[in-house]
Amino acid sequence: MKDVRLLTEPFAPGPLVGVFTNAHPGLGGVCTFVGEVRGGESVEALELLHYEPLTLAGMEALADEALARFELMGILIVHRVGEMRPGEPIVLVSAAARHRRAAIQAVDFAMDRLKSDAWFWKREKRDGIWQWIDPRPEDHADLARWNG
Amino acid sequence: MAVKLVFLGRLADIAGGPDREVESPLDWRGLLDTLNDGVRDWAAGEKVKLAVNGVVLADKTMLAAKDGDEVALLPPVSGG
Repeated sequence: MKDVRLLTEPFAPGPLVGVFTNAHPGLGGVCTFVGEVRGGESVEALELLHYEPLTLAGMEALADEALARFELMGILIVHRVGEMRPGEPIVLVSAAARHRRAAIQAVDFAMDRLKSDAWFWKREKRDGIWQWIDPRPEDHADLARWNG
Repeated sequence: MAVKLVFLGRLADIAGGPDREVESPLDWRGLLDTLNDGVRDWAAGEKVKLAVNGVVLADKTMLAAKDGDEVALLPPVSGG
């Protein structure tokens, strides 16, 4: 199954992964990654903006690509938008497969794409000042791992 | 007769708002002419893409927006 969601409110990854896992009887493994707003770096808040006509459609296309590329039984991609505090989940990717490597690779692939090739714009608030975050060179290098 | 311009991410700050309407029709030259200096520098650079009604243009200089179209200026993304 393919389950792709764009959420404007905080979410709890555990129950989503539970439902996703139960939907795939006979699976050999589930790999899950949860990204959270990093704490301890004087970041007071983080805001993710999206563009309605592109963002969710792009996430759907990414899920389709992962399903086509890896031997999966299903994939779950959940992404927050809006303002978040340190410790809140931003992103959840979960992949179910008969064999572990496909699930692990699919999650790695989807995360690299979400970091630098999905329609989100991120800014952080430090000392009361909002600042836009540029993609890091490493993010593009991570993306290039999946080419060819 | 209007085209809606949408400024994403930092471009909204530089443009002074998230969107505004301009006269149609609108081509690439017309778009550059209607932008302030800060946004024009970004738009003319390689990193900013254009989408018309939710479809990203392969070549933004081929922009040909008509009445009712929505043109989005998309700076580099950062998600996850």
